[in-house]
Amino acid sequence: MNISAWTKKIRQNSQIGLGFTLSAGILLLALLGPWLAPHSPLDLVGPRYGSPDANALLGYDYLGHDVWSRLLSGGLSLVWMSIAASVIALVSGALIGMVAGFFRGRIDQTILWWSDVFLAFPNLILILLVVAMLGRDPWLIVIIVSIAFLPGVIRLSRSITLGIAQQEYIEATTMMGYSTYRILLREILPNISMPLLIHLGTMLSWAVGILAGLSFLGYGVEPPAADWGLMVNENRAGLQIQPYAVLAPAILIALFALGTNLLAEGLGRAQSGIKEAR
Amino acid sequence: MTSVQPIHPVLKVNQLNIALENGTALVSDISFDVHAGEVLALVGESGSGKTTIAMALLAHTRAGARIESGTILIDNIDLLSLAPEKLRAIRGGLVSLVAQNPAMALNPLRTIGQHLHDVLKAHRPELNQHQRQPQVNAIIHDVGLPADQRFLDRFPHQLSGGQQQRILLGLAFILRPKLIVLDEPTTALDVSSQARILNTIRDLCKRYDAAAVYVSHDLAVVKQLADRVMVLYAGRIAEISPRSSLFTQPRHPYTYGLLEAIPDIALRRAPKPIPGQTAAPGHRGQGCAFAPRCFKASQACLHKQPSLLTLDEQHQLACLNTSVPLRLTQPDSLHNESLIQPEIANTLPILHMHQISAFYGKQPVLHDISLEVAIGECLAIVGQSGSGKTTLAKIMAGLNIAATGRINFIGAELPLRASYRAAEQRHKIQYIFQNPYQALNPRQTIKETLSAAAKHFFKLDHAATALMVAEVLGKVSLPEKVAQQYPRELSGGELQRVAIARALICQPKLLICDEITSALDVSVQANILELLQSLQQDGLAIIFVTHNLGVVRSIANRVMVLHQGSIIESGHVDQLLDHPTVDYTKRLIQDSPSLFAAA
Amino acid sequence: MTINTGTTISKLEQPRRWKIKTQSRRSTFISFERITQAGTNQYTIPAWLPWIVKRIVSSLLGIIVISMLVFAATQALPSDPARVILGPEATEDAVEVFRKHLGMDQPITTQYVKWISRALQGDWGHSIDSNIPVTQLIAGRLENSLALVASVLIVIIPGSLFLGVFLALRRDSWIDRTCVSAMIALKAIPSFAIAIGLMMLLATSVFPVLPAVSLLDPNQSAFAQPIFMILPALTLVIATLPYLTRLVRGSMIEVLDSEFITSARLRGLKHRTIIWQYAIPNAVIPAIQAIALTTSVMIGGVLIVEVVFTYPGIGSALNSAVDIRDIPVIQAIVVFLAGSVMLINLLADIATVMLTPRLRTQPASTGA
Repeated sequence: MNISAWTKKIRQNSQIGLGFTLSAGILLLALLGPWLAPHSPLDLVGPRYGSPDANALLGYDYLGHDVWSRLLSGGLSLVWMSIAASVIALVSGALIGMVAGFFRGRIDQTILWWSDVFLAFPNLILILLVVAMLGRDPWLIVIIVSIAFLPGVIRLSRSITLGIAQQEYIEATTMMGYSTYRILLREILPNISMPLLIHLGTMLSWAVGILAGLSFLGYGVEPPAADWGLMVNENRAGLQIQPYAVLAPAILIALFALGTNLLAEGLGRAQSGIKEAR
Repeated sequence: MTSVQPIHPVLKVNQLNIALENGTALVSDISFDVHAGEVLALVGESGSGKTTIAMALLAHTRAGARIESGTILIDNIDLLSLAPEKLRAIRGGLVSLVAQNPAMALNPLRTIGQHLHDVLKAHRPELNQHQRQPQVNAIIHDVGLPADQRFLDRFPHQLSGGQQQRILLGLAFILRPKLIVLDEPTTALDVSSQARILNTIRDLCKRYDAAAVYVSHDLAVVKQLADRVMVLYAGRIAEISPRSSLFTQPRHPYTYGLLEAIPDIALRRAPKPIPGQTAAPGHRGQGCAFAPRCFKASQACLHKQPSLLTLDEQHQLACLNTSVPLRLTQPDSLHNESLIQPEIANTLPILHMHQISAFYGKQPVLHDISLEVAIGECLAIVGQSGSGKTTLAKIMAGLNIAATGRINFIGAELPLRASYRAAEQRHKIQYIFQNPYQALNPRQTIKETLSAAAKHFFKLDHAATALMVAEVLGKVSLPEKVAQQYPRELSGGELQRVAIARALICQPKLLICDEITSALDVSVQANILELLQSLQQDGLAIIFVTHNLGVVRSIANRVMVLHQGSIIESGHVDQLLDHPTVDYTKRLIQDSPSLFAAA
Repeated sequence: MTINTGTTISKLEQPRRWKIKTQSRRSTFISFERITQAGTNQYTIPAWLPWIVKRIVSSLLGIIVISMLVFAATQALPSDPARVILGPEATEDAVEVFRKHLGMDQPITTQYVKWISRALQGDWGHSIDSNIPVTQLIAGRLENSLALVASVLIVIIPGSLFLGVFLALRRDSWIDRTCVSAMIALKAIPSFAIAIGLMMLLATSVFPVLPAVSLLDPNQSAFAQPIFMILPALTLVIATLPYLTRLVRGSMIEVLDSEFITSARLRGLKHRTIIWQYAIPNAVIPAIQAIALTTSVMIGGVLIVEVVFTYPGIGSALNSAVDIRDIPVIQAIVVFLAGSVMLINLLADIATVMLTPRLRTQPASTGA
């Protein structure tokens, strides 16, 4: 792919720019936040639902923690877990889907049938089911979220591969006797990477929603640790007295989801633009 | 054929200019007339603007383009100044269109009866369902389809391509328009359907006394139908000529070049390519757009746009240099023997296929095919769509197809699947695809594609591979800078050359060409055929799969006719094409349009 | 709510996405097409019948596998349900007795067969928490949830069709651009954030006009107490409408760009005929799959919304069951929800086939 055409498109595309700024900003905040926090997120430094003052920019939460400090410390888990879950789903799903789309026949049918079965479990419910039985270890949650995403990635990667595998340049490599491994990774993968990358952005915004929702329901990060989703839930009762304790984490979650989503949208648009320009 | 009345023309186009919204001209200074009962053909290669002009006749442009200036009068109505509601009544009523791809032009959710009723409803709202029915039945009958309700209740997908095209004809003719625009209506059909549809079109135009504008890239088809021919090049008129003189005495060097480039079923001659390629819109110079490719071009041609001059009443020409008709290479009744390869009898067969059968699911698609090809020989496999010719070619190339039978290649058994073949065998058989736009990986440069193939078979180092790449590019006459380019930067002809280069870099003994010129313009096709002939002279065996008997005549030594998965006739090309024995072959040859055959 | 039943129609409105989607869906029809080809001379059997039978069997099989998966997850995973339920303080003996009570001393297959055969007769066991039969426990709540989902569907199906077509016909106008941007932004916001935002706006802080907590009277139908349904339903509408609207808009734009629309226009058909009889029917068929997808996503999303508004539905029931590890309730609800999704997909596939002549009828016979 022509890189200069790409960078040009990206620079022109305000959607990608905004999406990138938002995602990167929240990412930085989440990564550096723990070092910048004025208080420990676990210290009780003020009155319950106390209003903002010089000591606490955003006031105090239901136990008297500093909301600003908890906000700075509470993004890391959400950010790394959503990225890990999406990337794992992307890599494994892309490979499985490519195998299904390339070999077709019985392998394809089987893979498709199983992904349909898993697709029948609404994501959050599948995750709740496993978390309820096996516990709330972060890595466990990451794995289940990626399993929940897997059918979607498989379907996407399979359907594009199906189209590409019938193109003559892939038939040509089969006739030349290139190894299957080489055909999949060197010939097909570069041609399906763009839609998959776009899907990664979409999955990221889904993952943010799911993981934040999970903490909100109380199955994610365990209290008293700081976590944006958890903060929304903890301070819900004081919504009228101290709205910042709920609003601030909710807004950050929404911004992160919006940023990754815009990034995916913009990339998708840029790609179809390049295709048309052909 | 039809006499042209000196009264008002049905269609009068004057100084039509169409451009993209950014100002890039698509077609310029188009002026012509068509009279009632007359068929005017618009002929040109891709990028000539023929479809753009045809669509403008219905006051339509594709997205991003607009009509800049000019007038279009149909029956003295100025089409371009009409209000939308008036225009709606004109479209379908006074002027109608038959589109190129009938499968795409019909609503998949409506039956063909509903389609016909919809047109009547839109233009004759006073009629009720009952009153419309006789008209629907009549037009269905006129286009040669059964006018019973069961047929009318079918959906478009339940019709064959030919039937769908007849429905489009019915939709176009049902209101008896004064002008009918046909945009390559037979391109998607095979030759026999094409021949029958052309008859129907001729018939309908005559019966309804409609003027017709027939857009085509195929001069041989045009010769069967048109009264006058307008040749377009790069968005301008090159020549408008009566049929009688165009095919014998072309005036414009481009028309001449086209006629010389077309391989024809009636005689064996080497197609002569036109050098260079068409300039894309926006890259046309200020002079004659054809000048860079023209053998007659002078300095003046590069700077001055030739205007369209009237030679005589029916003949107009836009060229600075030609005042006399150009002489075509005369049809040689003795078939130029020098082009035929030395007899193959004394050379060994390189490939021997023995009783190959193939299946799609449980459905057999090939029955007991046996054939041989010798070194330096070109064997043509001819058949219509669905005959199994591509399947046969792919079995030779070792694609995974359920097949039985045996293949012997240079004295050794050749497994049916490429993955079971030794690398030593694989590199000697190479395959070239029909569609050059899909044959190369869009994410790899030409150099990457070519060197991957070389490295795969010969395990060479970088320097040796680079040398080989440069060598094969030279062999297919592509400039060296192509190596650094991506497929999307190249034209169809160039891509097909790259595909041939990829085959050549593997040092093949047998080249399988699957309709490799059917996606290309004729002037480019001649180029590729010329290249193949030179390769054949170097001792390469070629299997050429095609539906085009003209191409067969010009390059093949032997020909095999495939029909419904069986070989029904085979033999020496000239022998078989001049004296076919099987009815099917006879019909195929008869239906193939020709520039030179006696009508 | 995030729409995350990861199907390939993600959110982009480009027609290309649609193609991918239809392609993947069509794969299920490949075998069907082959059947029709083989049986061209049997006019008595409708061409779609064998396909539907196969499709139904495959769905049934899917539901069986789902029940196995749920059973395995709740009863056979390395965790010990008896220990999980009784908690770490219980003695080893008590756990052992309880394990026997749950039937866990038997082989896993026997347990499954017993469980599923009882379940098929409507006996999903007793809630560990309240000892009420599970079916009785969830019946009322199911009704409430269905009322919620139904009222959302009644709004979003016509709403998205209207809005999608409306925007497609005004493509790239300012109103279209504004709406598309707004939909992109809304789609990214997690549903609990929407719920809390709405709660602040309409129940607590800004305009306190609606109840923040849906305290339904259990003796009355949910429809009889619409005031409690407004906020949860509104949340779900806001969470799903943008997604569905964009899909309808995208598929309408693709249809409007297709050749048969241009052809119809050049045949002089009326604008109204072209939109209503040519464009909309072709755009609505792909929307069926999207509606099915949205519904199944909503089945998952209902959980969070019900928890936020303490709406007594099946989602909040699952949430509290998970909280106290009430295994029989979890099993019943999860199997029911996954089964419903399977059923919705089945219905959508059947509707698509029945409404598409190319899939429903015989293919072309040859000959011009």
